[in-house]
Amino acid sequence: MIRLWMLLFLLLAPVSALVSMPALAVDDPAEMLSNPAQEARAETIGAQLRCLVCQNESIEDSGADLARDLRRIVRVHVKDGESNQQIIGWMVERYGNFIRLRPPFNGMTMLLWIMPLLALALGGAASWLGWRRRRHQAPPQPLSDIERRRLDDLIESR
Amino acid sequence: MLAPFGVAAAAGVSFWAMLSGMGTGHFDPHDIHTPSAGRRVPAFDLPPQAPGQGFSQATLAAQNRPILVNFFASWCIPCVMEAQTLAALGSALPIWGIAYKDTPENAQGFVTRTGNPYRRLASDRSGVTAIDWGVSGVPESFLIAPGGLIEWHVAGPLTDDNIRTGLRPAIENLKR
Repeated sequence: MIRLWMLLFLLLAPVSALVSMPALAVDDPAEMLSNPAQEARAETIGAQLRCLVCQNESIEDSGADLARDLRRIVRVHVKDGESNQQIIGWMVERYGNFIRLRPPFNGMTMLLWIMPLLALALGGAASWLGWRRRRHQAPPQPLSDIERRRLDDLIESR
Repeated sequence: MLAPFGVAAAAGVSFWAMLSGMGTGHFDPHDIHTPSAGRRVPAFDLPPQAPGQGFSQATLAAQNRPILVNFFASWCIPCVMEAQTLAALGSALPIWGIAYKDTPENAQGFVTRTGNPYRRLASDRSGVTAIDWGVSGVPESFLIAPGGLIEWHVAGPLTDDNIRTGLRPAIENLKR
């Protein structure tokens, strides 16, 4: 029972981590937009953009100078009323798709995106084949007289 | 029956190829492939940085021979290492410098100390122009074709290796 609970916990931990992720905002309040809705939008956009200096952090998380400049640019564009797509497009135009933490679905990234489905399908097929083979196997023959006698001998000799 | 082994072997070989590529420098997962090559130089007009003369997109586009635009900063250590390479290159190819996020005094000191390879020198103190160019860090260099098209680009210092494999072929390409 405890094991089951542990398993459940391990399975759900990443989900809860995602849900309870703190507001990642910027270190300096002066950077933030005064309109909370616009600021929230700027943060969602920034969270999708890679800091090109630290590379594994978004520009919202990063303390690099360039990330701060890019955050400011995102906020200027948000204030100008541009859509999320327009702003990310502005960044991609300058830095390429590398700046997107979530790569777009295209020919290059197709394998990356469909890999979970592919793995599930392959695993499903493998287990289905295994299950079918086992079901179609003839049940084992009962022991012959010679085998039974040898088994008795072995048990007695212990 | 052998199929799973084949898949595992293929995965192993590709992983090995990736690691050895990282070892020799042919594959760098941190490499930033900005799409600037083949683009026009973005619109900008930068003030001069002593001891040079500033320039704009228009001045750059009006040149009748290839120009190498080099973003640098006095606080950037790879730039110090690159300075020698630039000095050697400067006799064959005009180099125009842009000081990135630097104070005028520091940039001037750096340029004077490292033997100024720049024919023109502009200052991008805010770093906003650099973002329009797709600069992610200094040093970064762009080969500009007459007319203002970005012919070639490298994020990181110019080295004998990337001059031989990238810059020279790009210049040859322009002469044709």
